Amino acid sequence: MADVVQRWEMPIRTEDDVILVRRKARMLAQERGFDAFATAALTTAASELGRNALVHGGGGGALIEHLADGTRSGIRITFVDRGPGIADMARVLAGGYSTARSLGLGLSGTRRLVEEFDIESAPGAGTKVVICKWTRY
Amino acid sequence: MSQRGNIPILRVGSNLLTTIHIDLHDTIAEAFQEDVLVAIKNTGAKGLVIDITGLEEVDTYVARILADTGRMAALMGAHTILVGMRAEVAATLVRMGFAMDTVETALDVDDGLAMLQARKALGRK
Repeated sequence: MADVVQRWEMPIRTEDDVILVRRKARMLAQERGFDAFATAALTTAASELGRNALVHGGGGGALIEHLADGTRSGIRITFVDRGPGIADMARVLAGGYSTARSLGLGLSGTRRLVEEFDIESAPGAGTKVVICKWTRY
Repeated sequence: MSQRGNIPILRVGSNLLTTIHIDLHDTIAEAFQEDVLVAIKNTGAKGLVIDITGLEEVDTYVARILADTGRMAALMGAHTILVGMRAEVAATLVRMGFAMDTVETALDVDDGLAMLQARKALGRK
């Protein structure tokens, strides 16, 4: 069972906010002993999802949590927006699909960078994406 | 060379060298691309080296900006080589499914400039 050691709530209203979320994730990953590859994977995922929340969701927020399960450290990030939501989830997760300015690799690509990936969305109800990555030992 | 954006573009022989050291968000990215094109027009440079050693992460948005910059430079007759990609950035981009195959790449600035010299020696544009 993982315990939440510490948590930070951050708004996503501007491009600078997305950068701040990514920097916080990077700082935490480095403090917790993530290697360069795991750190880049986590921060790139945070960047993609933060940008999605801003561009597709019209803004929202991120919750960053430092987790511990006794032997390993984890970082969980939850992105929430109040945008139009995703109507065709299967298509979006299959990749190659883009509604605005990304390449359509955003969600499908991000899923490959983290150990845990959950998404909840419905038309008109916004989108919530949760990712989690753990140290190897 | 005068620029509107915050990213310096230097002339090295008959080529241009630019080092990206700050986060490329919308406003900065557009100014950067326009600065590159104006510099190519003003100098007649046939080659452009974009150095991303300073970027700790490159998401698909930034990757697209870099690839687009190379395409724009190509329309002006300049060949772009992207250099300095960190190991973890390369691994992350490929794992995400992003193929950076529209832009030529090299390990570092020296290799990039050498590749441009070799192209010039072969008489290619």
